[in-house]
Amino acid sequence: MQSKRTRTKLGREKLQRIIEMCASVEKRSLDPFLMDVDEVISVVKEYFPEWELPEDLCLDAETIHHLASVIKLQSEWVKHRSTSLYTDPFLLEEKLTRISKEDIVNIFVKAWHPTVELEQISIHSLAEAIKYWKSLLPLNERWKQLFPEEIKTGLATREELIRQRFMRDTAFSEELEKFWHKLKGEVEEKGENGKIRYWNFIGAETYEETVHKAFMTSFLVTYGYATLEIYPLEEEMFIKPYEKPLTKIGEKQLVSIPIAITAEHWMKWKRGELNE
Amino acid sequence: MSRRKAYYANKIKRAVHLLFYRKHRKPGVKGWELRKALGSDYPKVLKVLDKHLKPFDLQVKTVFEGEKSPEKPTLDQLNKARFCITLRGELTPKEAKMMGWRIDDLAGLAVTIAYIMSKKGKATRKEVQELLQNKLPGWKVGINIDRYIRYGYLMQDENEQLYLDWRTHTEVDQKALIDLVLSTET
Repeated sequence: MQSKRTRTKLGREKLQRIIEMCASVEKRSLDPFLMDVDEVISVVKEYFPEWELPEDLCLDAETIHHLASVIKLQSEWVKHRSTSLYTDPFLLEEKLTRISKEDIVNIFVKAWHPTVELEQISIHSLAEAIKYWKSLLPLNERWKQLFPEEIKTGLATREELIRQRFMRDTAFSEELEKFWHKLKGEVEEKGENGKIRYWNFIGAETYEETVHKAFMTSFLVTYGYATLEIYPLEEEMFIKPYEKPLTKIGEKQLVSIPIAITAEHWMKWKRGELNE
Repeated sequence: MSRRKAYYANKIKRAVHLLFYRKHRKPGVKGWELRKALGSDYPKVLKVLDKHLKPFDLQVKTVFEGEKSPEKPTLDQLNKARFCITLRGELTPKEAKMMGWRIDDLAGLAVTIAYIMSKKGKATRKEVQELLQNKLPGWKVGINIDRYIRYGYLMQDENEQLYLDWRTHTEVDQKALIDLVLSTET
């Protein structure tokens, strides 16, 4: 015999599962008939006498609410199937992939009745325009000359300029050097053969930080502190720091390599789905 | 000309101005706007205008709110509906080209509309992109979908779900399109 506490816990879990299932039917446009409404109602009924806390009653209400949405979807599904517009999506998709461009255009023009619309000046709009022009005040009357207020000038401290982002607290070259040492450190720690996967180096906790690291990395490569190794077939990209910065940049033809740092890529990297 | 005829001729002229010349972002005029400009007998005026437009292969199209068109619309439904002038008959593909549509773009539009209709009026942008990529170069697919959205054939929500928009409801005979696609031998 289950204790009351265990039974309540089990009931809560079941209701949570039902809510999740309903939500996935609603959000992912799944077949609403995947859900056995009778069974769900029997579960809700079974546990209803157990609920005493307001939270549990709210959970019960939420379950009913989601279930009602699924029933609504079921009703819409039946309505759609019964209309003359219903066609088997698989059959239609199959047809659409097989049909040639010329054929689909020939079909479309038979069902297409484009709107006729003119964007031309008319006598009426001309009359309106003249009326507007006549009532329009001259510019010198509309734009009364405004004299800027005189502001007293003063001295700003270095701290204030840094705070207002007019100045950095460290010079860019200094920051770049630090970043280069950081890269070398990470290569030693996590890299192999003196290089590290590009995304493993630039990837950070936040998207903003990742973009900033990618930005700094681009300067490391441009200014000869590191190089990129790209293996297009394997879709792999590594960053390799030089022991000493190269000074003879510009002797070779420089190439630009665009790398997309999108939020989507970053999410993939966070989930460990990105190889790079 | 009798006084009654002159009365209607005047109203028809006014209706032509309102319906042909674009006033809003979307072409066409709402029923209540026509009622305000032409009087409460505007449905009759439009009926006469439609008759006059027939020899030119044009028609007055009524687009009701909601998906279905009522068989016998009430005055309230007419007031809320949008009226515009569309082609009555069919275009030839050559004529469509002359209107600035490339065959690829038109084929993409037809496939997109038919596909969304088969999916109960909504489909994810990703699904549509995959379908179009069979026939169109990848770089063009996204551009084309955005163009269909801009023209008002499709709309997209924040979850990247695509729906049919006002222009499709106005210009495309959806049932005919599906019937024609299904009856084509491939």
